[in-house]
Amino acid sequence: MAQYQPFSPPYQNLFTQVQVTGPLHDGPPLSTERETADRQFGPVSSWWLGLLGNAQIGPIYLGTLGVLSLICGVVAFQIIGWNMLASVNYSPIEMLKQLPWLALEPPAPGNGLKIPPLNQGGWWLMTGFFLTASMLLWWARMYRRARELGMGTHVAWAFAAAIWLYLVLGFFRPILMGSWGEAVPFGIFPHLDWTAAFSIRYGNLFYNPFHMLSIVFLYGSTLLFAMHGATILAVTPYGGEREIEQIVDRGTASERAALFWRWTMGFNATMESIHRWAWWFAVLCPLTGGIGILLTGTVVDNWFLWAVKHGVAPAYPAVYPPVIDPSTLMGVKP
Amino acid sequence: MIRVRLASIVLAAAAVGTLLAGCERPPIDNVQVGFRGVGMEQNYNPRLMAAVIEANQPPAPLEPASADGPKASAVYQNVKVLGDLSVGQFTRTMVAMTNWVAPKEGPEAGCLYCHNPANFADDSKYTKIVSRRMVQMTQNINVNWKQHVADTGVTCYTCHRGQPVPANVWFDPAPLKHDVTGMLGDRALQNSPAASVKLASLPYDPFGPYLAGDKPIRVQGDTALPTGNRASTKQTEFTYSLMVHMSDSLGVNCTYCHNSRSWQDWEQSPPQRATAWYGIRMARQLNNEYMTPLTGTFPANRLGPTGDVPKLNCATCHQGAYKPLFGAPMAKDHPELGGGGAALPTAAAPAAPAPAPAATTGLAPATVFFAVGSSALTDEGSKVLVGLASSLKASADAKVAISGFHSAAGSLAQNQELAKQRAFAVRDALKAAGIPEDRLVLEKPMQTEANVSGEDPRSRRVDVAVR
Repeated sequence: MAQYQPFSPPYQNLFTQVQVTGPLHDGPPLSTERETADRQFGPVSSWWLGLLGNAQIGPIYLGTLGVLSLICGVVAFQIIGWNMLASVNYSPIEMLKQLPWLALEPPAPGNGLKIPPLNQGGWWLMTGFFLTASMLLWWARMYRRARELGMGTHVAWAFAAAIWLYLVLGFFRPILMGSWGEAVPFGIFPHLDWTAAFSIRYGNLFYNPFHMLSIVFLYGSTLLFAMHGATILAVTPYGGEREIEQIVDRGTASERAALFWRWTMGFNATMESIHRWAWWFAVLCPLTGGIGILLTGTVVDNWFLWAVKHGVAPAYPAVYPPVIDPSTLMGVKP
Repeated sequence: MIRVRLASIVLAAAAVGTLLAGCERPPIDNVQVGFRGVGMEQNYNPRLMAAVIEANQPPAPLEPASADGPKASAVYQNVKVLGDLSVGQFTRTMVAMTNWVAPKEGPEAGCLYCHNPANFADDSKYTKIVSRRMVQMTQNINVNWKQHVADTGVTCYTCHRGQPVPANVWFDPAPLKHDVTGMLGDRALQNSPAASVKLASLPYDPFGPYLAGDKPIRVQGDTALPTGNRASTKQTEFTYSLMVHMSDSLGVNCTYCHNSRSWQDWEQSPPQRATAWYGIRMARQLNNEYMTPLTGTFPANRLGPTGDVPKLNCATCHQGAYKPLFGAPMAKDHPELGGGGAALPTAAAPAAPAPAPAATTGLAPATVFFAVGSSALTDEGSKVLVGLASSLKASADAKVAISGFHSAAGSLAQNQELAKQRAFAVRDALKAAGIPEDRLVLEKPMQTEANVSGEDPRSRRVDVAVR
């Protein structure tokens, strides 16, 4: 086997060092003349984007679904944005300064599932509707575009997994709990504080087995992504980045990559199966996470106690003197 | 290429700088406070602690004064507190208070901060009236709140630190512009970088609901599966903000009082949690019984944006230390303030916070449920009350506290009336069953409304607790 000669090749860089430019192309023809022409933009070429990826931008296909999705998305974005701006008394400077803190909050818990007044969660409900509509339309668009190109619909189903988690958090679980107030606010820090409070309220989400699975798939995804990316970059001198060709006609890049993993861990993915692993790890992250959220509060109220009950959480030796809840003592005000 | 490389280096440096800007510069000391390996640790930064230690040093005590000689109340006029002290002791206390609260030179400082120079007995300055009440408050803390302050106790200095107004007080927040009444932009009492919650986006007023009001703080259920705990995630955010305030005020981590794997579990909690529990009740009592009644006494410039008095929270005394002044026992030098466990020298102490413990009755509490919108007893409810009445007759000392509740559906005013009528119905039924009225106490609960929305049958009830 030829020895790998270290040198400083162009692919060992954050950016594409040599950009090959050729005639721009529109891709394969579509089923109808109208679809081919309708609401397409580009293609154009961008040297700056070429530093990261393909220098060709477009053709972008919008279509009815794309236009509707964008409209709904913009409406949701506007509602959130104007509410945030109003909450800082319409000061653009304060909006910029406080942006991470600002949010559009769901209705108060006492409101239940009723339609609340606009400024007490009504805007939130409306945003949820438009954002959901936008995502579902975008999902249909991805599905249709993939079919149009004769592709599988893997991307659409992966996106559906993310939509599932979103709908569990903001729609299914609040309905099961009987209160929109259980849903997540739209905001940067506020949704993080919500997450912490959610875990606290329901007795520590780390003891939720579906949360555990979700973390496994999240971290597993990053690990797989790193291993795969590193493997392919490492065999680019042998044409390894041409993965599709390598799947069909296994070349020396593929052989070396496979042998590397067999040497180091005894087992290797194939050029095709590594992508299946990655897809399932990524998709299972929100799928399992969504199940975990859906069970929280509806089926399980305190995950720590659940874990104790099922032998998951161990007991540790007591190191403090016994502490009695003062509210249970006689003659103490609550 | 050099341009690209340079740009990427600058970008990377800027990104790292931005990420680290929010961090605290090392060193960090970790102190293990629980079983090994479970993360029960306190983190301290000795560099930052130095400033806190510096700021929490007690002043040197004054020389003790003789108890001999005539009493202050016999020599001076209008002495309503501390009158049992000798003139020497009384003067020493006044000097100490001046040093603690208004030590600065000037026409409005020193003795004259509170006293009219023409007539020290005159009550014309509001500061004198407030001080008198604060003396009573200090005595109350030292005598009645030993579960929180132990024998270390407090003095005026614990909060004041040489300032007429303690550095850490709180007011009800001013209503935000464009609040719920407007068309949009409701912040729902949170999502503002507020110092009260260490710049988190948590609810920015954790004090009103818990340290003046008595909204329920506990949100976690104590059963694995749902058994009726209806605390919401939003409510948890409020509890969370109170806890952030406590952690910040004491300069400690959550693990100082809780095992964070299970916040609610007392069996796994460090003992400080019980001390803190009393602290919350203490702050609540002091705000409601000492500070708020002074609303009319303070001049407008001392009041908050909504016209409320300055009130106290954990930071008022603690000021970043796990014990105020790192536990320096200043109060033992001032038995007249209730320090050192001495009996109160005056009879002016307000009522004890805890009612005298009732005799153990062994009677179980009862709950009576009602139909939607109704305060009429059902057959089932009547049966419960008949059983309760007969056991009440068996133990003649037991009193019962009757509290009515209602569901969240409908208007609050109507519902509160309904809850009251339900409580009346239970009282009348027990009276009719031969229980004398003085054993039936109507007790309005902290919160009559259910946390759950709509018609929750569990919320249409009257709880009868046995005292």
